[in-house]
Amino acid sequence: MNEDPILTTTRVSKIFGGLVAVNDVTFDIPRRRIVSIIGPNGAGKTTFFNMLTGLYRASTGRITFEGKDITRTRPDKITKAGVARTFQNIRLFSTMTAVENVMVGEHSRMKAGIVGSVLRTPWVRKEERTVREKAREMLDFVGVRKDQQEQLASNLSYGDQRRVEIARALASDPTLLLLDEPTAGMNPNESLRLTEFMIRLRDELGLTILMIEHDMKVVMGVSERITVFDHGEKIAEGDPATVRANPRVIEAYLGKQEAA
Amino acid sequence: MRRRFGARALPRGVNFALAAAAIAIAIVFPLFFPQGSGWVDDMTIALAYVVMGLGLNVVVGYAGLLDLGYVAFFAIGAYTTGWFMSGFYGDANIHVLVGEFAKALPGIHMNFLIVLVIAAALCAIAGIIIGLPTLRLRGDYIAIVTLAFGEIIRVFAIEGNEITIVGDAKLTAGRQGITPIDKIDLPFIDQFTSLNLRPWYWTALALVLVVLFVNIRLRDSRLGRAWIALREDEVAAASMGIPLVKTKLMAYAVGAAFGGMSGAFLGSFLNTVNADQFAFGFSIFILAMIILGGLGSVWGVVIGSLALSLINTRLIPDVLNDVPSNLGLDFNLVDVNYGIFGFLLVLMMVLRPEGLLPERRRQIELHEGTPGDEALVEVTHA
Repeated sequence: MNEDPILTTTRVSKIFGGLVAVNDVTFDIPRRRIVSIIGPNGAGKTTFFNMLTGLYRASTGRITFEGKDITRTRPDKITKAGVARTFQNIRLFSTMTAVENVMVGEHSRMKAGIVGSVLRTPWVRKEERTVREKAREMLDFVGVRKDQQEQLASNLSYGDQRRVEIARALASDPTLLLLDEPTAGMNPNESLRLTEFMIRLRDELGLTILMIEHDMKVVMGVSERITVFDHGEKIAEGDPATVRANPRVIEAYLGKQEAA
Repeated sequence: MRRRFGARALPRGVNFALAAAAIAIAIVFPLFFPQGSGWVDDMTIALAYVVMGLGLNVVVGYAGLLDLGYVAFFAIGAYTTGWFMSGFYGDANIHVLVGEFAKALPGIHMNFLIVLVIAAALCAIAGIIIGLPTLRLRGDYIAIVTLAFGEIIRVFAIEGNEITIVGDAKLTAGRQGITPIDKIDLPFIDQFTSLNLRPWYWTALALVLVVLFVNIRLRDSRLGRAWIALREDEVAAASMGIPLVKTKLMAYAVGAAFGGMSGAFLGSFLNTVNADQFAFGFSIFILAMIILGGLGSVWGVVIGSLALSLINTRLIPDVLNDVPSNLGLDFNLVDVNYGIFGFLLVLMMVLRPEGLLPERRRQIELHEGTPGDEALVEVTHA
């Protein structure tokens, strides 16, 4: 089995004007693992995510996914290559139903063109049907109830919106899933269910998961490796126990939290 | 299946029956009037505007790209008939699939169906050209670039009589206009003359039906979903694997092609292609039609276009024109028709911003607001 990291970044930085948001980060994601990035607010975690998914271009450095350089690749191509993500502040298409949202996620796996869509050829019909069925299965898989699936995204409960967003990401058949604060706004019970779900994704679908998370219970419970960011720099990395014991981490992150 | 998420809450069967009835009435409509009736004339023009409205609807309504230069495609479509269906290029002697009458004339004379395809293709290319500089822009900025594009095309139309292509052949005839344009000549249909307007009407209706069909099919397709996704949230759309450039350019190209088809029809119908037809106000006129009807809603756009067009050609000049003078005011209502459209638009924005026959998605966006709706708010408040 391939044991190379699925994604690596080599000395990646992102500079906005005079602000160094991410500074010289070398990082990799081991295959079929659940790893986390933690760090105080403004540490550059989401900026780093946005570079991995092509929304931002790295100012310097190199990012490779499955051995291919994606530093300057467009977001839609990165998605097509197998990276999918969710957003910190849920970004569902709110006037579409849950099913339609997930169908959008399948866009890059579909082939219907403009002429085929106008003529609605048997092939296009079949594709639409398959995609719709797959979207429903995906929603079942993440635990959105059947009667909620045809609801508009904006009418769903917060927890369901999070689930739909994960289903939408999964619909693009990713090998690497990036979750940006997936448990934000969830109660402990929901967080626990999500943690179990992530383990299922890894074990049943063979996915690699990278998440940004603030909930230490979730992070420590599920992560096989934790990377700590502070002021745009990677300050520590290792298994949960090591990171928890690291004095720099305690100072930068956990210490503050205890004080609060 | 998808129809349920379309414009209305009515059951599908009722929708279908309503649409069928509307189309049936539209088909028999001219039979109730004399062949050369003013009503048939006005309705023909109204139908041509419906085609443009539906084209602009793809760009503004579906993809959420505010286009203020749509008149450019009317111009390019109309000039296609000027170039390929008239004696404008008298030195050339090219005749392709035309009747005996046109065959005897000097100039380039091609069958209308060919010209229609050329017009659509030229406009699709022009649509992509106008789309390219707007790709990195949002909302207002797209509007400004497209507005400029419309003006550039208009200036080309006006000054085109100074622009030489080869020999004596000029680009346009400027303000003088290229006239006459060949009448449409199709097999199995009555002769298209200025006395018998029915064939013109039915041709326009056929164009409307084709464009309507394409609009509906695209709305409920992979591409339609992609358009709505990028209208709502570009960042999320790109992250879900939608190629922004290609998807936007597709909207521009499709919308422009419809504008070109309508322009080609109007070129032949109005029998002249003249630079003064392509003023900025026309873009706003078409935009007002689709806002009035309901952005993104195909049937709303049809109703809005018909309504505004008939207000323009019927209500203002024929019915209400003398009202100011009867009140002792020294102007004709025709002189202030754009003021009236503006007033209607303001009225609409206050009373029913989602349009006469709103699309459901739009209604949700307007009444509840969505995170990615900045551009949209700008559209509806333009």
